[in-house]
Amino acid sequence: MVEFIPVNLIAGFLGSGKTTLLQRLLADPALSDTAVLINEFGEVGLDHHLLERLDDTMVLLQSGCLCCTIRGELSDAIKDLFSKRERGVVPPFRRLVVESTGLADPFPILSTIQADPVLKHHFRLGNVITTVDAVNGVGRPESIKQVAVADRLVLTKTDLVDCADVLIGELRCLNPDAPLSRAADQRIDAAALFEGEVHSPLRAFPAAVDRPHGAVHGLALAFEGALDWTMFGIWLTMLLNRHGAEVLRVKGILNIEGSDTPVAVHGVQHLVHPPVHMAAWPDDDRRSHLVFIVDGLERNVIERSLDAFMRCGVKQ
Amino acid sequence: MCALCGVLGGVGHWTDAVARPGVFTRTATPVERRRERAARVAQANRILRHYRLSLADWQGTSFLLSTATGKTEIVDDLTHLWSSAEKLTGRPCDPLDPALLAELAGNRG
Repeated sequence: MVEFIPVNLIAGFLGSGKTTLLQRLLADPALSDTAVLINEFGEVGLDHHLLERLDDTMVLLQSGCLCCTIRGELSDAIKDLFSKRERGVVPPFRRLVVESTGLADPFPILSTIQADPVLKHHFRLGNVITTVDAVNGVGRPESIKQVAVADRLVLTKTDLVDCADVLIGELRCLNPDAPLSRAADQRIDAAALFEGEVHSPLRAFPAAVDRPHGAVHGLALAFEGALDWTMFGIWLTMLLNRHGAEVLRVKGILNIEGSDTPVAVHGVQHLVHPPVHMAAWPDDDRRSHLVFIVDGLERNVIERSLDAFMRCGVKQ
Repeated sequence: MCALCGVLGGVGHWTDAVARPGVFTRTATPVERRRERAARVAQANRILRHYRLSLADWQGTSFLLSTATGKTEIVDDLTHLWSSAEKLTGRPCDPLDPALLAELAGNRG
């Protein structure tokens, strides 16, 4: 059976501690078979020196930001690494970590890996880990988006602030269910960050009332009864076709008609991961749960739409 | 078509995911695949009716999306369906549109 190599993205705004985090994580035995690809915005790349691990499984892409100017280079660099791996030129790495520039939009990077006709047969998307600087918080549109699409959040520089509770509240509004670690307080568990289940069960979801970052907010929907998979696919595809730019993230556990166990869906803007057929229900709740992180869309509008489609899809 | 750059090519839609361990798909066997295609045509037509469009399976490989006047486009999968529908009708196909939702509610039962 073909083994897909997971690709993890480390995102986070400029100076939020991406390289420092990566440096710590690479010392963990759990990441011993990891190739690293670093993208720096600038003529002189420095981050790879900071990592103190210069070997053939570390690639530096500089002079441009991955998400726009050198997306083709990302694809070429990963193919080149894979080719060297297959030829035995570099050790057979089992994971690839991409550290993006602080200004990068994660979506084009994820899309490149999932859509490239060669890469999609050898690599699969793993967790997106976003670092957030506790001193400067989130404010710029780039950093809001990086937080919204994260599967794991790492709060850095918490030792430099008295209290990070307000910031944590803001992060929970932007991304309600991504597990949050503090880089300064505790030993970072590399395995949990990188290998954890992307499709974590969605249950406890605080109602987001305040919206500290304008129109970007999280919302959760729950539906009774089994959903028609075909109609759900039509609905979500139609929604993302028209509103993909406003749906920063969609994630859910679905009770699908004809399936005894739940199906997890997970998408970032126009990109939806292959749906995961979970082995079992996490608890006794058999409702379908969907979490959206949206920019400007309202909960009742999305809920009404999905409800209308699902009722229409019921076999008559 | 790549959602990012618009380049044509078989990206593969998530609803047609290749069967592999842990992945949910309804296209694992030829029978399942045909059944799912038939269901997709039927379900999509319930929505497309609002736009005076219709979808039909074509050779089990693609779909034909047609207007009431016969103007037709070939679409590979759901990735192309809505962008082609918008192109054929010249208006947005918005699942949040109250007029569409009202019609869907009216069509039930």
